[in-house]
Amino acid sequence: MTAYWKANQRRLAPLLFLAPGMLMFAIYVIIPIAQSMWISFYDWDGLGERVWIGTANYVELADDDSFYTSLKNNVIWLALYLLAVPAGLLIAIFLNQNVRGIRLYKSLFFFPFVISQVVVGLMFAWFYAPNFGLFYKLTEILFGSGTAVLADERFVTYGIIVAGLWPQIAYVMILYLTGLNNVAPDQVEAARLDGAKGWRMLWYVILPQLRPATFIAVVVTVIGALRSFDLVSIMTSGGPYGTSRVLSYYMYEQALSEYGYRMGYGAAIAVVLFGIMMIFISGFIWKMWRDETER
Amino acid sequence: MFPRPIEQTSPARQMLYKAALPVALVLWLLPLLGVAVTSFRPASDLAQGNYFGMPSYFAIENYADVFRNTDMAQYILNSFRLTIPVVIGAVALSTMTGFALGIYKFRSNLLVFFLFVAGNFVPFQILMVPVRDLTYNMGLINTTTGLALFHIAFQTGFCTLFMRNFIKALPFELIEAARVEGVTELRIFWYIVLPLMRPAIAALSVLIFTFIWNDYFWATVLTTSREAQPVTAGLNSLNGQWVAAWHLVSAGSIIAAMPPVIMFFLMQRHFIAGLTLGAVK
Repeated sequence: MTAYWKANQRRLAPLLFLAPGMLMFAIYVIIPIAQSMWISFYDWDGLGERVWIGTANYVELADDDSFYTSLKNNVIWLALYLLAVPAGLLIAIFLNQNVRGIRLYKSLFFFPFVISQVVVGLMFAWFYAPNFGLFYKLTEILFGSGTAVLADERFVTYGIIVAGLWPQIAYVMILYLTGLNNVAPDQVEAARLDGAKGWRMLWYVILPQLRPATFIAVVVTVIGALRSFDLVSIMTSGGPYGTSRVLSYYMYEQALSEYGYRMGYGAAIAVVLFGIMMIFISGFIWKMWRDETER
Repeated sequence: MFPRPIEQTSPARQMLYKAALPVALVLWLLPLLGVAVTSFRPASDLAQGNYFGMPSYFAIENYADVFRNTDMAQYILNSFRLTIPVVIGAVALSTMTGFALGIYKFRSNLLVFFLFVAGNFVPFQILMVPVRDLTYNMGLINTTTGLALFHIAFQTGFCTLFMRNFIKALPFELIEAARVEGVTELRIFWYIVLPLMRPAIAALSVLIFTFIWNDYFWATVLTTSREAQPVTAGLNSLNGQWVAAWHLVSAGSIIAAMPPVIMFFLMQRHFIAGLTLGAVK
């Protein structure tokens, strides 16, 4: 036994080190993905008998208005969430100075990211609250009558996205601050001698060097946008009349709330969301894979 | 340095910049400041419509009320009982997986690595039904243990990405030299690599602490009662009870946000090092 181990430990050690983590990850992440796909072909309330219904869940989904509302909101989320990238860059550039106390400013600007989305949601719910919310008051002064953002079908999704952007911008900002810290000073000086400044400097000299930071910022922002659940749940529970639902929330509502225990239907929604995210995930993985194998 | 250091510009611009900083900060943190002030506002102020003026007195009793009249203390305790084991578990598992993937060359190395990375990005909803079912069948639904087990497994994905990249950047000659000396692989892990990983372990610990403390989705899916719910889910149920009692909602929010905030300020450098891994090459 010991002799065998001694002779083969270089081959066996990685297996040994990988086993516990792999096992946990397989049980809780990899296998459930396959199971969800499987469940999406059943009619199941989570407790009773599962009934195979083939693609019926997907057929129903194709004709479900709430599904399209959620899907549309997901697209809006994704598009607007990406604003966090330029906004975060802007704040990072603003804060990338060496004046007294700047470190404290940087930490305080980063603050929203440390706070739970539940708390962020409650803060913005207060901010938007009809009659006394700061934002409501502001619209009252500007337009004569106040707007209760979270109760208005036209604005509700945008109102939630703004709440989501707040911590996300902070996250992107910190990525870019680290990136800016590592920009080669000699290149900047050389470009400055050549007369580059302002936007041209940013575009031709700085941004190319910030590419790794931009990549991570885009990855976390896209994933964050498509994962959005907490804020919708806290701020509106999908309302008014389901107009602020996103796929992740609609799935939860179908599978596990007072609206019913339709595990199969919920799983089908999850599979669609998974499919959408896989497009992005494969892109990210492909790029990372290329970087790895080139090195 | 970009942009041009402000010291090199005219005194007027410097003044302007130094004035703009606090203004921008106040605007940026406006929702937070509003809630912080509201949490110290007595209920009578809100009843009289004093939402924005100075609180008529400093109502520290809001915080006492939250602890006295609700299960907040229990929720906070639950959160700690959940978060600390998850940090230990996920960091322990991922130092090992990271070591295996960072040091050894074997055929499926990259495949396994990217499986962890990809799994880390999937939507939670695709895991929800099976994970809930599994937890239920293990008799762990509505327990801290059930929730912790899931978090440990899921966070292992992110942590492995982190640890593996960190280990990959360590000087490999160290390990080669040890092998030549005849040091066994287990000892290399324990006595050579692990001590070098201390900064990575610190960074991951604060990061995971914050992630798990702030998790809301899994808390609502896997726990339902006050005995097991962490503070995020608890806060949401309290929000339902305190209809329009904004002074209490605010105080509760501030309490729930405190531990990760303290953690962040104590361990700032590690926290940011963890988050920005990969942002520079």
